[in-house]
Amino acid sequence: MAQAAAQVVDRWGGGVCPFEAGWRKVMMWVFIVTDGLLFAGFLASYGYARVLAANWPEQSSVFSLPYIAAMTFVLISSSATMASAVQAAQAGRRPTVLRFVLLTALGGIMFLSMQAYEWTHLIEAGARLDHNPWGVPAFGSFFFLLTGFHGTHVLIGVLTLLVVAVRSAKRLATPEGVEIAGLYWHFVDLVWVFIFTLFYLL
Amino acid sequence: MTTPASQVVETPPHDAAEPHLGFVRRYIFSTDHKIIGIQYMLTGLVMAIAGALLATLIRLQLGWPTHQWQWLALLLPKGMPGGVMTPEFYLAVVTMHGTIMVFFFISYVLVSGFGNFLVPLQIGARDMAFPFLNMLSYWIALLSALVMLASFFVEGGAAAAGWTAYPPLSAVWSAVPGSQLGQTVWLLSMALFIVSFTMSSLNFVATVFSLRAPGMSMWRMSLTVWSYFISSILGLLAFPALTAAAVMLLLDRHLGTSFFLPSGLVVANRLLPNQGGSPLLWQHLFWFLGHPEVYVLILPALGVACDILPTFTRKPIFGYRIQVWCLIAVGVLSMIVWGHHMFVSGMSPFSGEYFSLVTLTITVPMTIFGVNMLASLSGGRLLLRTPMLFALGVIALFGSGGFGGLFLGNATANMQLHDTYFVVGHFHLMIGGVTMLGTFGAIYFWFPKMFGRMMSERLGKVHFWFTFVPFFTLFFMQHFLGLQGMLRRYYAFTSYDFLKRTQGQNVVISLLAMVLVAGQLVFLANFVWSLLKGRVAAANPWQATTLEWTVASPPPHGNFGAALPDVHRWSYEYGVDDVEGDFAAQSVPPERVPVTA
Repeated sequence: MAQAAAQVVDRWGGGVCPFEAGWRKVMMWVFIVTDGLLFAGFLASYGYARVLAANWPEQSSVFSLPYIAAMTFVLISSSATMASAVQAAQAGRRPTVLRFVLLTALGGIMFLSMQAYEWTHLIEAGARLDHNPWGVPAFGSFFFLLTGFHGTHVLIGVLTLLVVAVRSAKRLATPEGVEIAGLYWHFVDLVWVFIFTLFYLL
Repeated sequence: MTTPASQVVETPPHDAAEPHLGFVRRYIFSTDHKIIGIQYMLTGLVMAIAGALLATLIRLQLGWPTHQWQWLALLLPKGMPGGVMTPEFYLAVVTMHGTIMVFFFISYVLVSGFGNFLVPLQIGARDMAFPFLNMLSYWIALLSALVMLASFFVEGGAAAAGWTAYPPLSAVWSAVPGSQLGQTVWLLSMALFIVSFTMSSLNFVATVFSLRAPGMSMWRMSLTVWSYFISSILGLLAFPALTAAAVMLLLDRHLGTSFFLPSGLVVANRLLPNQGGSPLLWQHLFWFLGHPEVYVLILPALGVACDILPTFTRKPIFGYRIQVWCLIAVGVLSMIVWGHHMFVSGMSPFSGEYFSLVTLTITVPMTIFGVNMLASLSGGRLLLRTPMLFALGVIALFGSGGFGGLFLGNATANMQLHDTYFVVGHFHLMIGGVTMLGTFGAIYFWFPKMFGRMMSERLGKVHFWFTFVPFFTLFFMQHFLGLQGMLRRYYAFTSYDFLKRTQGQNVVISLLAMVLVAGQLVFLANFVWSLLKGRVAAANPWQATTLEWTVASPPPHGNFGAALPDVHRWSYEYGVDDVEGDFAAQSVPPERVPVTA
């Protein structure tokens, strides 16, 4: 026990990173915190607007919640395949890494396509950034703002995963690189869980 | 992930190929943290000249509101037709002065400039963790500064909604000329600034965590490094709120949303179609950034002062660990006090109580910090060299400026003082003065390390007195203008009967401002002259202890020769017996000088 404590102190003593991780992973973690706060800013603003709003539409009358649940299921599943990819990378099984990274990217693309369909559907029904047929303008504004920003993050994640896949095929990908891409992907999924809960369900 | 393996982690190899790099890769598109730091510093100093010219215009207007400045009419035919400034132009000048000084002078010179230069050197690293990202952050920062300057030349002129950019003024295109394209350009420039600042802060945090030299534990880092570390974390936590707000404001301006615009707003006799938004939402988001932002700027100034003081008292800093805990405490508290900028926004008295309480709590760590700086002087032999004068100036302004904060943080007093010159005086003493004196102290102190030449002591001292005296006097006087009811965005005291008797004070303040600006010419002359003709500096001209002084001036690429230094002690080993003098550098082994901390 005392020995373990001594080791902890040692890691902070300079010469090594205290977290048993390279600076890349540290940087990604800190980036996730700051990017998470960006979504926190949007979500807090949404909460503020919703408290102010006179008539917030009933979500189930606007969205098809089973459809949104299916989107959520796709995205969460892609987190599972990502975890498998990271595990395979750490075990050095390259073909498995490639397969699971591509599968994860496919999940992301499916999610984006479903979101594009949802947007099209709602825009045809009359939803715009500045007005919508269901209630206060803020409803449509925050819908496009939140899902748009999140969708952009998913898109960046998909592109990153494709780069990882190419590097993996060329035998350039490192286990740490796959893991860092995975951290970002899990973060994007986690943000969706918050948006799903706070915007669609609550 | 996409970086070559040669840059991998804990001990990046010394890049021996560097001398063969061409001029462009070495001095322009350089990934060397020292060059990038100097680039930031020079960019910031150029922006400071722009900011100072704007301040001169402000003071000309406030001192002599009706005078016709014919020569200025030739320079600025639109803003000053007939030599008298238009109110719209005055608002734009004030906005741009604030924005440039906060984001493009202090942030670039002190935070990004000296941060880049000092952090890797002082923790014993060869460079920042991610040098390419570092270079990218500088070039985006430069772009951001150029975009901000460009906003003067778009239709309608520069933004006029203040550096806080409150809607509806900043959101409604037809509000004032500055609310047109200028405000959009302002927002785009801020977006670029945030991107750049985020990248550079990520780099600082990762560098301090991962690249400390062997033996450089967290408790051996200098207060300078600690202050940059904490201010980077604060920036990363606070800036996203402004990013979110800026995105929403851009949507309000260009795509007809109503995030910040309420129902029934009438501007220029026209009812706006917006409904349901709230300008208060912007204030919350802005100040969630805005308050931590002032600590992002002021902590490095305090950290730098804490490293200059021991060097010129030849004794350790007083209460090193307490100083670190104070910095951390202030960082935490700064995140939860933003509402004290909004006491007059109609907030609930209970919220007001809360924000008053936590704001005044900040006084505790900050007073401890200031008193420790004073205690560091006691019993020491004060060597009044130029950097030391500026560090003492930091203490003086920090104490007196902080005292004004006690009044403003109190909701009851704030109701009277809000938006008056009391506030203007307070924040100029603090994030204007403490940071500016800290910046100058840092420049005089590390100039030999940056450029291998000493700055002139005589000109430096002249510069100090021509900075400190007018600066302190004029902003001290502004507190009393505020008590007489002069509001911060008033364009002319002649427009209000009750302010006509403040003419004398306004003229004196304006004259002092001219002296202050003229005093900076001494600095510019000293800077250029020393760069070309200054005395060649030794590796350690001040006999200081941190690692940057153990290598040549200027340090070579890769900083530390073949092997990284072994760190054996804390940053403040003064007052000891050694062959080199009364100090021991952090890399001096314990066999030669006993370790005290």
